[in-house]
Amino acid sequence: MPEGLWTKCPDCNAVLYRPEVERSLEVCPKCGHHMRIRARARLESFLDEASFSEIGREVKPVDVLKFRDSKKYKDRLSQAQKATGEDDALVAMRGQLHGMPVMACAFDFEFMGGSMGSVVGERFVRAAEISLEEGIPLVCFSASGGARMQEALFSLMQMAKTSAALRRMKDSGVPYVSVLTDPTMGGVSASLAMLGDVNVAEPGALIGFAGPRVIEQTVRETLPEGFQRAEFLLEHGAIDMIIDRREMRDRIARVLAMLLQSPSPDVKRLQHA
Amino acid sequence: MNLNFLEFERPIAELEAKIEELRYVGDDNDLNISEEIRRLKAKSVSLTEQIFSSLTSWQIAQLARHPQRPYTLDYVAAVFTEFEELHGDRAFADDPAIVGGVARLDGRPVMVIGHQKGRDTKEKIRRNFGMPRPEGYRKALRLMQMAERFRLPIFTFIDTPGAYPGVGAEERGQSEAIARNLQEMAGLRTPIVCTVVGEGGSGGALAIGVGDRVLMLSYSTYAVISPEGCASILWKSADRAQDAAEAMGITARRLKELALIDAVVDEPLGGAHRDPDAMAATLKDQLLEQLGELDALETDQLLEHRYQRLMRYGNYKA
Repeated sequence: MPEGLWTKCPDCNAVLYRPEVERSLEVCPKCGHHMRIRARARLESFLDEASFSEIGREVKPVDVLKFRDSKKYKDRLSQAQKATGEDDALVAMRGQLHGMPVMACAFDFEFMGGSMGSVVGERFVRAAEISLEEGIPLVCFSASGGARMQEALFSLMQMAKTSAALRRMKDSGVPYVSVLTDPTMGGVSASLAMLGDVNVAEPGALIGFAGPRVIEQTVRETLPEGFQRAEFLLEHGAIDMIIDRREMRDRIARVLAMLLQSPSPDVKRLQHA
Repeated sequence: MNLNFLEFERPIAELEAKIEELRYVGDDNDLNISEEIRRLKAKSVSLTEQIFSSLTSWQIAQLARHPQRPYTLDYVAAVFTEFEELHGDRAFADDPAIVGGVARLDGRPVMVIGHQKGRDTKEKIRRNFGMPRPEGYRKALRLMQMAERFRLPIFTFIDTPGAYPGVGAEERGQSEAIARNLQEMAGLRTPIVCTVVGEGGSGGALAIGVGDRVLMLSYSTYAVISPEGCASILWKSADRAQDAAEAMGITARRLKELALIDAVVDEPLGGAHRDPDAMAATLKDQLLEQLGELDALETDQLLEHRYQRLMRYGNYKA
């Protein structure tokens, strides 16, 4: 199997043609399993073609605590930057969705597990503040292990910071859609990701506060089937809907248009044709 | 060894044991013995001063979890009057890991809310070691919104290892309960003063910790994860908790330097548990002072300051 051209679905084990997997947005064309997708690919496929521009790129991480575990945080950062081509774990963009102006951000799980530190918090807030100022919706795709430990209490405080910005969104009636993707845990789940006017999840995404291993060690019993998966959250009332990634654009556009009292995006497209 | 003393206090404990012994054998009229006791007591004080002047982060973490440390209800009893506890989230249950109710501070009606740990085994279990479930956070939110309606200032007291990681807690939306509190507290139209009195354990602490002022007692801690948890993830060994505690900067003094909290409330020599009354008196003075400053602001101003304060959290280049 030539490296790069073919890949295997981790769920159904089908051998897949890589360009085809990319066309289907990293969703297995055979079984519909949702694989992880990088932040930039996510946003570029979600927003209208050539409609987007990045914001907050100038916000870059610093290591004020001089944190060091088995490795220096500084070194972990530059390693992650080199490996991913990103400066930090959140990408924010201004763009259009079916012609509707929106702000959209996405976590990059490849960058230190999508962990939330000061840069993630600041970029998210900048996107939210533009949303507020211009009265345009905010959509956030989360994929994160939680707070970034190397930024210690600064990372915890990003939960308060992002949630405070969302309080202003809520008060002003500008819609916020949170899309929880695999995985959304800890401090990200317990702040911005659960605060959508509409909370959406992708099929099979692991979503929760405490990680399954921590819970298992605490309660000393095996966890129920499907525990903390998107379908489990839907059943327990934590999220509004599960949307297949390939339909994400159209269905979020449809919901947003209704919340904004705008004509249906499908209707608009027909009129333009 | 006396269980009230921690490992690093062993020299103090030994000295105190000696004093007790002398007291036991001594006759009140024996001048030599009372002179010796006086001398040893002075030595004990200076020894305590010496040990406590250079505590490590890990030692402070142990003090924050000290079994004799005053808990929320101890402060409620000593600082406030007429406390009436209010129970339940109106939807599922009453969570004993969080307590709350109306009370008076120097005669003025206020709302108090805090994590509550148990003292003996039975009580510890009933209070779930101070680890709230979603209904605890929802009770706290209900009481805070009630405080807003009746224009009562809110005082919260933080002392938890963290939000409870359990199956039921996840099923009932632990994440949502915490997130909702963060969002709502940012906009409550009444002054909020938060004090970390023991362990400030991550999101479970922050969920009642968003406000206009955040204070910490001098031997309390506040962190994104416990030192043990951090060590087992980043060092792959819980034994490195001391290193993790140091690296994260979890102490009141360090967090004040980093401008993440507003003030450090001094504890009596040896820690709050050595003199709970003195501790409560100092805390009361601080709470009154902070509230006085917040009283001077119009509500819109108060909220704008709170928002700007939250927006300043973070370190980055831009």
